[in-house]
Amino acid sequence: MKITRRSFVKGAGAATAVGMIGTPFIALGASKKVVVVGGGTGGATAAKYLKLADPTIDVTLIEANKHYYTCYLSNEVLSGDRTIDSIKFGYSGMGKHGVKIVHDIVTGIDAGKRVVKTKGGKSFNYDRCIVAPGVDFKWETIEGYDANVAETITHAWKAGSQTVTLRKQLLAMKDGGTVCITAPPNPFRCPPGPYERASQIAHYFKQHKPKSKIIILDPKPKFSKMGLFTQGWKDLYGYGTDNSMIEWHGTPKGSDDNVLSSIDAKTRTATTGFNEVQADVLNVIPAQKAGKIAFAAGLTKGDWCPIDLHTFESTIHKNIHVIGDAAIAKGMPKSGYAANSEAKVCAAAIASLLNGHELGTPAYVNTCYSIIGADYGISVAAVYRLAEDGSKITKVSGGLTPKDASSEMRAREVQYAYSWFDNITNDAFN
Amino acid sequence: MAYTTIKKALIGALALSASSLAFAADKPLMTGASAKMLSDTCAGCHGTNGASVGPAIPSIGGLSTEYFVEVMQGYKSGEVISTIMGRIAKGYTDEEFTAMAGFYAKKGFVAANQKFDAAKAKKGAKLHDKYCEKCHADGGTAADDDSGVLAGQLVPYLKWTLADYRAGDRPISKKMKKKLNKMLKAKGDGSIDDLMHFYASQQ
Repeated sequence: MKITRRSFVKGAGAATAVGMIGTPFIALGASKKVVVVGGGTGGATAAKYLKLADPTIDVTLIEANKHYYTCYLSNEVLSGDRTIDSIKFGYSGMGKHGVKIVHDIVTGIDAGKRVVKTKGGKSFNYDRCIVAPGVDFKWETIEGYDANVAETITHAWKAGSQTVTLRKQLLAMKDGGTVCITAPPNPFRCPPGPYERASQIAHYFKQHKPKSKIIILDPKPKFSKMGLFTQGWKDLYGYGTDNSMIEWHGTPKGSDDNVLSSIDAKTRTATTGFNEVQADVLNVIPAQKAGKIAFAAGLTKGDWCPIDLHTFESTIHKNIHVIGDAAIAKGMPKSGYAANSEAKVCAAAIASLLNGHELGTPAYVNTCYSIIGADYGISVAAVYRLAEDGSKITKVSGGLTPKDASSEMRAREVQYAYSWFDNITNDAFN
Repeated sequence: MAYTTIKKALIGALALSASSLAFAADKPLMTGASAKMLSDTCAGCHGTNGASVGPAIPSIGGLSTEYFVEVMQGYKSGEVISTIMGRIAKGYTDEEFTAMAGFYAKKGFVAANQKFDAAKAKKGAKLHDKYCEKCHADGGTAADDDSGVLAGQLVPYLKWTLADYRAGDRPISKKMKKKLNKMLKAKGDGSIDDLMHFYASQQ
């Protein structure tokens, strides 16, 4: 029987899908081409670590923008503790690893022919493709909101120009004004992000506009690191008193109390099932789904992309892997560190598959810091192992900063958060 | 010989049962990740190949395996105080600590680029020679003394670690306690600052 390369790779993929290991794959042909779609933390890390694993793999990274602004620590731009330029990263560092950078917009992926097509009219063949598109927004869930309105009533959930706009709005707001943040429903990028955002805005108000307020309208009954955030808000911003700078309005299960239904951009009013808040600055973080290309390439089931947790290969299309926020990485959160960790597991798997080696055992970690105020940092961490049957990325240790951590330890966590930032961005983009 | 083999087998069996207990989950979990796979998960915080670009998380590339494993075990047991490492260390077995230690021991230690005061660094060099050099050999650059690498390590981390030793939050050897007390008595708290400038100056 003649084994064609295609049917062989298909077979290898199928073996992976049922979690079979132990059969070494035979390498056929010398072609080892990988195209990475999306240059965020996940995509950039994957491209670099593919080259580190095997420099003979031909790696092309296709990214629409010349620069990437990290979502993580962008809340510090809102408080003024950090400049927008400090969260801006280019792709020149990728070049020294031999990754080819193409700035273009991917419009489609032909999974059968294994070709990535771009708006610029180019085609890129691949043996394996990694799709790391991040998130897109479900605009249709909020009446009166869309991508155009978001230029003034920002989401700022992809850092960049909207982060700067929101910062300017906070600067222009009079003391005694109200900021309203509408938090998204689960699952979404950076689960502690909306609450760190409220904290960082309060941090700015405390220094410059102490009569101002932040109202969070939340469609959820609870949120990430909730105990630590509320403790921090009590310690720093009078949370729970009549003078609290931050108000959080949650939604009990089964109710629509603070589920955002519409906004009025002119009057900056947010309307939920129960509340109506007219704000001086309105920040709307909509419900989310996988980035556009994931849908165009037919990689989604519902809002996100189902994958094999061992290789991150799509369970819909063979030879296409999905990592980061867009993937259903059962057990892991949608965080920058998770994307970095998933990228390394995926890169190692692809290097093995392309070279006919046995798949190794994966290892995953997440660490995530939030800065509540001056010298006040908190974190969550987890070490994970894959279930033998491939059903879940299972947490084996980790957890939150202890509630009784000393002020010294909370101050150290801020410096460690800054170190985390410098190292993860260096690990991904340089 | 036979005894050693039996002992090794016993330790192996114990470690295995301990690890399956520690990671009790609904379903059996995969084990046997390679040293590189395990170690790459650290890089997001500690830098690619363990070379931290700062400002506070320490570099772990180029540390000796013995030192690496000892500190990880200390984090895991809680004997060594930490912010986040205790929570992370509990996710690994001793065998995995050794595997990661082996990976990072082979990487070079990359000295951090830090600001320092030359006059203080000069004073610190003398203090190091007198009070620290016996264990932290070659000006604190040696890894094979199994005492960590001080020269070129991130200063905030060194300062905090020393503070933890002094507060009794990290096990300190009798010898180190004696030498440290001697230095503090003779030269005062400023001597620690001078030492830090010396370690920062080695780039």
